[in-house]
Amino acid sequence: MKSLSQYINLYAECRRQLDLVPKPIAALRPKALDALRVFSEQTMRRAPYTEAAIDRLLEPDYGLNIQRMGFAVDLSATFRCEVPNISTLLGVTLNDTFRPTESLMRNIPEGLTVCSLTKAAAGMPSVVERYLNTLAADSTPQAALNTLLFQDGVFVYAAKGVSVERPVQLVNIFNAPVPLMAPRRLLVVAEQGASLRLLLCDHSQRNDIDYLSNEVIEVFVHRDASVEIYTIEENGASTRHITSFHCRQEEGARLTLNTNTLSTATSTATYTIDLAGTGADTRLGGMVIADAGQTVVQNVELTHSVPDCTSTQNFKFALSGKSKGAFGGKIVVKEGAVRTNAAQTNRNLIASDDARMTTAPQLEIYCDDVKCSHGATTGQLDPLALFYMRSRGIPEAEARLMLTQAFMADVVDSISYDLIRDRLRQLVERRLSGEKASCAACAAENTCHC
Amino acid sequence: MNNEQHNPQTAGTRPAACPAAGNDSAVIAQATTGDYKYGFSSDIDTEIIPPGLSEDVVRLISEKKKEPQWLLDFRLEAFRYWKTLTPPTWAHLDIPTIDFQAISYYAAPVKKEGPKSLDEVDPKILDTFNRLGIPIEEQKALSGMAVDAVMDSVSVRTTHRERLAEMGIIFCSFSEAVRDYPDLVRKYLGKVVGYRDNFYAALNSAVFSDGSFVYIPKGVRCPMELSTYFRINSAGTGQFERTLIVADDDSYVSYLEGCTAPMRDENQLHAAIVEIIVEDRAEVKYSTVQNWYAGDREGRGGVYNLVTKRGLCRGTNSKLSWTQVETGSAITWKYPSCVLSGEGAVGEFYSVAVTRNRQQADTGTKMIHLASGTRSTIVSKGISTGHSQNSYRGLVRVAPKADNCRNYTQCDSLLLSDTCGAHTFPEIQVANPSAVVEHEATTSKISEQQLFYCNQRGIPTEKAVALIVNGYAREVMNKLPMEFAVEAQKLLEITLQDSVG
Amino acid sequence: MKEALLKVENLRAGIDGKEILRGLNLTVHPGEVHAIMGPNGSGKSTFGGVLAGDPRFSVESGSATFHGTDLFGLSPEDRSHEGLFLSFQYPVEIPGVTMVNFMRAAVNAKRKYFGQEPMGAADFLKMMRQKRAIVELDNKLASRSVNEGFSGGEKKRNEIFQMAVLEPRLAILDETDSGLDIDALRIVAAGVNALKTNDNATIVITHYQRLLDYIKPDFVHILYKGQIVHSGGPELALELEEKGYDWIKQQHQS
Repeated sequence: MKSLSQYINLYAECRRQLDLVPKPIAALRPKALDALRVFSEQTMRRAPYTEAAIDRLLEPDYGLNIQRMGFAVDLSATFRCEVPNISTLLGVTLNDTFRPTESLMRNIPEGLTVCSLTKAAAGMPSVVERYLNTLAADSTPQAALNTLLFQDGVFVYAAKGVSVERPVQLVNIFNAPVPLMAPRRLLVVAEQGASLRLLLCDHSQRNDIDYLSNEVIEVFVHRDASVEIYTIEENGASTRHITSFHCRQEEGARLTLNTNTLSTATSTATYTIDLAGTGADTRLGGMVIADAGQTVVQNVELTHSVPDCTSTQNFKFALSGKSKGAFGGKIVVKEGAVRTNAAQTNRNLIASDDARMTTAPQLEIYCDDVKCSHGATTGQLDPLALFYMRSRGIPEAEARLMLTQAFMADVVDSISYDLIRDRLRQLVERRLSGEKASCAACAAENTCHC
Repeated sequence: MNNEQHNPQTAGTRPAACPAAGNDSAVIAQATTGDYKYGFSSDIDTEIIPPGLSEDVVRLISEKKKEPQWLLDFRLEAFRYWKTLTPPTWAHLDIPTIDFQAISYYAAPVKKEGPKSLDEVDPKILDTFNRLGIPIEEQKALSGMAVDAVMDSVSVRTTHRERLAEMGIIFCSFSEAVRDYPDLVRKYLGKVVGYRDNFYAALNSAVFSDGSFVYIPKGVRCPMELSTYFRINSAGTGQFERTLIVADDDSYVSYLEGCTAPMRDENQLHAAIVEIIVEDRAEVKYSTVQNWYAGDREGRGGVYNLVTKRGLCRGTNSKLSWTQVETGSAITWKYPSCVLSGEGAVGEFYSVAVTRNRQQADTGTKMIHLASGTRSTIVSKGISTGHSQNSYRGLVRVAPKADNCRNYTQCDSLLLSDTCGAHTFPEIQVANPSAVVEHEATTSKISEQQLFYCNQRGIPTEKAVALIVNGYAREVMNKLPMEFAVEAQKLLEITLQDSVG
Repeated sequence: MKEALLKVENLRAGIDGKEILRGLNLTVHPGEVHAIMGPNGSGKSTFGGVLAGDPRFSVESGSATFHGTDLFGLSPEDRSHEGLFLSFQYPVEIPGVTMVNFMRAAVNAKRKYFGQEPMGAADFLKMMRQKRAIVELDNKLASRSVNEGFSGGEKKRNEIFQMAVLEPRLAILDETDSGLDIDALRIVAAGVNALKTNDNATIVITHYQRLLDYIKPDFVHILYKGQIVHSGGPELALELEEKGYDWIKQQHQS
């Protein structure tokens, strides 16, 4: 991968500034650098579309905010929360700098920590050391690059038995006058019996400037803990987004991950989940709505390592314009992981001549006492249903919109937190009806004060 | 030339009478030995060229077969290209390094002249085929089957040829086709599977020694099943046959392929190419029962079956249907595919793949929809037991200009042991909004409820497994021609004996 | 005589290049109930589908004038707005779309077509309640997806409920009796009769005379091989009931 050498050089040049981070972070750099050097010699992994290939995404000469310059942005003036009427514990990451809000500081409950990763690394180094980069582990070029360059991030920690009802909302915002890469990092730890809800929103406030978010998320769900994560991606037309999501679940741990990609230029995400403790349960849901020239790639690598775990996956794509979608879903059931129950579905709608969809649902099974299934379909809206609706007077465009919404309904309906579910339903409707999703367009009153 | 090699080491040519008593349950031990009924080697004079591969060997093969210059050129081009390649590694297979210089690339039963009638065929060959259950002699009239038998690499005998010739059907060995119908062969050879297709296709194109050639003229329905039995006999040889089938407009043919090899300690390489061309409204059914020697319980020996099979449905409303029952080979790497470039063309793939012991199979299909109104169906049933690895790999692609295409894929895996692996690697690429593509896959173990139900009705577990698996594979077995279906069903039963403890 | 509500002239139409309707003529006036009967495959359902604009069928020639408008020049939704309603033989299941949302979209689209404001939520729900009563449709069905998991009888009652909401000028009931037990049939028929006025008309497409015991036709037509080969009063239906379709087939062997 040729694109990596510019970053290796950059690190050599700016090492002094980049290593001005607490030791638990700085200590990760040498290994990341070694990994990157190896990756830079290798040919890139096959990607379904060239524009989503990591090498291609990392190729442009983005700026990095190595000097930690503050961009003069009035957040409260430009950012309006897309998820109003939910009283969340809100933190904002501007480009790659975390800014907790006042209300977050005021309302944070006992036993919950939400703070910048640098602060955590300085204040509780042993905890950060125990977890940080142990899952991502420089296993891919993008993850290694993130580890080499990230200077800040977010740390969310729920202590043993702590149950937090109110969602923690973390909003990533891009706003810079020049092309910028943000190596974003999120570390989430739910200790034994803790439960936690996270709402992750991605916005870029400008459509005309190239941004790249190279994000690594690591989530640890300890015994009998529960973590729910909802993501909403509403980026601008020039924002590219690489997500490396890693999660390890211990005995009886529950993970719900619901991803919603509503707008982007190119978004490529890999969700790597290890069911490492018996009785763990994973529920994955994903919705992609893409049009114009957008490209969205979603990969799931889910491993059942031990007996008695369950996982369900439901990923749906609705593609129009010249958009391209790809879903790769791999379920691995290791030897001895008996009584595994794993199901995956991927359904896709292609609504235009130029849209493309590639699907590769994969099962790799090394154990006999399992129930595994996957199903994938790619097609269009049911023409009979369309005619039925039109015969009742519903105009074709509206009928298509209703049917597409209905197509997505089960992904949205599976969200157990009703406030997020209802809001997402509105977002989907608005998105499908052609309104441009952007922060500024949301005029609704909200309870988030940034 | 080394005539000594016709009498190979005897080790492994006979089933071991008594398995080593180990910790494994007696049931499994029994199941994994002694049931390869085709594991005998024929004591026939064989002409083998020394191992190794070079341009000289390619020239020698071509010379021995008295081939025209264009074919030698084709071989040499393929060989030079092959030298630039390395074996593919993307499959879910652990293929030991193959020493391509240790293989003999040509082994033919010695014959003074081509046999004019059955009487002239070496009785030992006839005996071999009789033991294989091939209806080559008396049975031929009864079965109504035209048989071309390929031992090692050379076509031994084609039956019924005269009768077919009256209808204009050509069914002969590849070498004869090169000699008698050079224009036809030259027109179609390498047009569906080019020598640049992949490593093994390049190898085959360089060294193929024989195979079958079929041409069905316009409007002719072939009145009988055409059949080829392939057998690797000599030790240390590879088999590189080539099959070319052309079905002209409005014609129909059903073609059967059977494969066996004797038990040997060392691995044998089989790298074949099958090319099929289907013209307007023509239909080709291609059925395979593959039972190459699979190696012993520890994975010693067995055939590496690395095969490229592809059909081009370029005729309007043409149809190609692949059916395969795969029980043999140590390693299977094969993806019989359909390129649907004629409007309304239909491609089908029905597969049962059984793996046990240390067998590895990575098999599936590609359905490439290039024209409008094309349809394809894929039904794959994998059954794995022992320490085997069984993968389905498939590609369904709908091109941008191909409107109203349909694909349905059903791909099921049945696991009979807790140490085997069953994997599914489909890929679906859709670039047209009018396509409807559906893929479904399930993996499960044999139902204890079903077994118990059978047991309760007095059916022993072993029989019950066979019953259930046969039911599971039925959708595919039903696609086989009758004579084959019976054989395949027996094969399944033998293969699965005692596979569930 | 009143102006014709529907005038179909020399209609030729088919599916996938196969001609099914071979020169069909029919005129319907306001206030009339017409029954179209005929053996299987005679083109009955095609006729309903062609009038409603089912995209599977293509019109080769001929015309259909609907209160002065060229029906074939309109999209399916505009035909609906103009007052044409087709009760489907096989009502389509639409998972994920609730009946309430479905009907609200239909009602408001029609209001928009006529330049009216969307109906308020309270008024809409009130109307839904009233109309449901006509076919004794369970309130619970309103929150379910369109036709999904409905029994055969519920589906047909749901069709008539939609007809009551949309108040069409011409209702085409395509085999509405098929799959109904006698109680459901009575409810459906009562619903249709309750919606009948002097200004609207109904075309009942049916294979059997049974439904016509409940919905009394003014005219009965026999469709055979894509043409109306016989027309008469209600007595024609009884004659068919008695003699079957064979005599028609014999008369028109060609």
